Amino acid sequence: MIEDFDATTESGPQGPDVGPALLGELVAHLRKVRPALREEWTRRITDAQLLSVMTPEEIFSEVTAVYDNYVDALETGSVEALEAYAKNLSERIIPRGVETHEVLGVVLLLRDVLARSLFEKYQNDSHLLNRVLDAYEPAANRIAVTVGVSFVQERERIIRQQQLAIRELSTPVLKVRDQLLILPIIGALDTGRARQLTEQLLHGIRENRAKVVVIDITGVPAIDMPVADHLVQAVRASGLMGARVIITGLSAEIAQTLVNLGVDLSMMQSVGDLQGGIEEAERQLSYAVTRTAEGVREPEA
Amino acid sequence: MQIASDSDTVVARQAGRDAALRVGLSRTEATFVATAISEIARNITVHAGRGEILIRARTEGERTGLLVVATDEGPGIADLNAVLRDDYTSQAGLGVGLWGARKLMDEITITSESGKGTTVSMTKWCGPNEVTGLLG
Amino acid sequence: MPVSILKQREYLIASVQSALTDTEVIELRDALLSEVAKHRARGVIVDVAALDVIDSFVSRSLSTVARTNRLRGAKTVVVGIQPDVAAAMSQFGLTLDSIDTALDLEAGLELLDG
Repeated sequence: MIEDFDATTESGPQGPDVGPALLGELVAHLRKVRPALREEWTRRITDAQLLSVMTPEEIFSEVTAVYDNYVDALETGSVEALEAYAKNLSERIIPRGVETHEVLGVVLLLRDVLARSLFEKYQNDSHLLNRVLDAYEPAANRIAVTVGVSFVQERERIIRQQQLAIRELSTPVLKVRDQLLILPIIGALDTGRARQLTEQLLHGIRENRAKVVVIDITGVPAIDMPVADHLVQAVRASGLMGARVIITGLSAEIAQTLVNLGVDLSMMQSVGDLQGGIEEAERQLSYAVTRTAEGVREPEA
Repeated sequence: MQIASDSDTVVARQAGRDAALRVGLSRTEATFVATAISEIARNITVHAGRGEILIRARTEGERTGLLVVATDEGPGIADLNAVLRDDYTSQAGLGVGLWGARKLMDEITITSESGKGTTVSMTKWCGPNEVTGLLG
Repeated sequence: MPVSILKQREYLIASVQSALTDTEVIELRDALLSEVAKHRARGVIVDVAALDVIDSFVSRSLSTVARTNRLRGAKTVVVGIQPDVAAAMSQFGLTLDSIDTALDLEAGLELLDG
């Protein structure tokens, strides 16, 4: 049952509740006057200088779709289809710079345009007009909220994505040669960054088919328990993907911290500096290569 | 959703993963959630026969996350502390699953009483992503 | 059971095609054990690239397969663990200690040949 739309039943001359019939009448009316109202709405949008980034043709096409979805939502009482449309619309217009106040403004203008049309039609019967508004207002408001919320959620999702992308750019995993990756870490590490580094490292192992990874922490001043934990997990996870990890630049302080935290250092291979680490990695890789398939000779690196 | 067989578990895992992504968790975090659900759902099918898993978004102030609640009316856990403590090494018990869920999720609450069933409630919060309005 | 098991030289290659229920994991485990015996394989590669979740049960089953195979003189290599799954497993503490792992089928074969 379409609960939102039940007009308050009073024992009036009309008798028992005629909610659904009235609603049907409203919807039919709104569909009939669609061309005129659509034009009016577009005019108001332009007057209010909203959606300025869109061309008149684009506005017209979106306006038509929104109008139809709006009236459908009024009719069915279900905002599901409208939500899906709003999300889709948001995905398209957010990258073009449409802002929240524009979307809200546009939806509210439509609400006003439709309301005025209803006023005009029923103005001679104030009792009926009241019932019409009782049916229309809650539904219209719910629609406005749905569209607004969908838009804002989509914005937030995009912002999060962008933030992740920015962080990724600042922590590169470098492919030095076939099967060897280097991950130089510079600066203080927090768990957020450590988590992201691990993710990048593991994806890098897959993309580059790395067998050895050299993680250089020369540039890291100190680490705490959660970060040390992440480091250990990164090493373990790399192992699960068939890659060995060599840690270089492990300062005496950090080594001590790790020992104090109970980290099992024997599971990590540590070499003094980055250069030494790379040489060790190459040694491990060429050893593996000369052992590979009979008759295949890899050129000496 | 109902959990009564191990194919339900697969459905629950996927649902958990999808919900996690919708809520804004990263792919890796979504995998953590799916894995935790796999463990908890197994506890249900193996120890209680059937149960239910509820998955929904959760917000607390500035942060959002995913909440998973698993309930069953099975035999319950008599001594919760014992199970949680070191039972990880006893590979086949409830302990492994709960232990794993604890490591994979951010918050976890377990309520259980012998003969009265078990409820596991766990949450994964979105990582430190401050939505500071980059779009202005 | 959405797993294909093929013989390549003296090795068996089991490729998981999609997510597995616990029952299917058991079927896989049993199939591997019997096929290794039947073909007297010297090595088994289990390709889990299609698994989006590897939990304690899968981990345990793989360990069982590896240990039993070792008794029969066969080496087991698990390949294709996805980055997210590897992260989850190591967070969980599932290390597959007794099993060799490699990135993919090619790397797995190199490991077996070596």
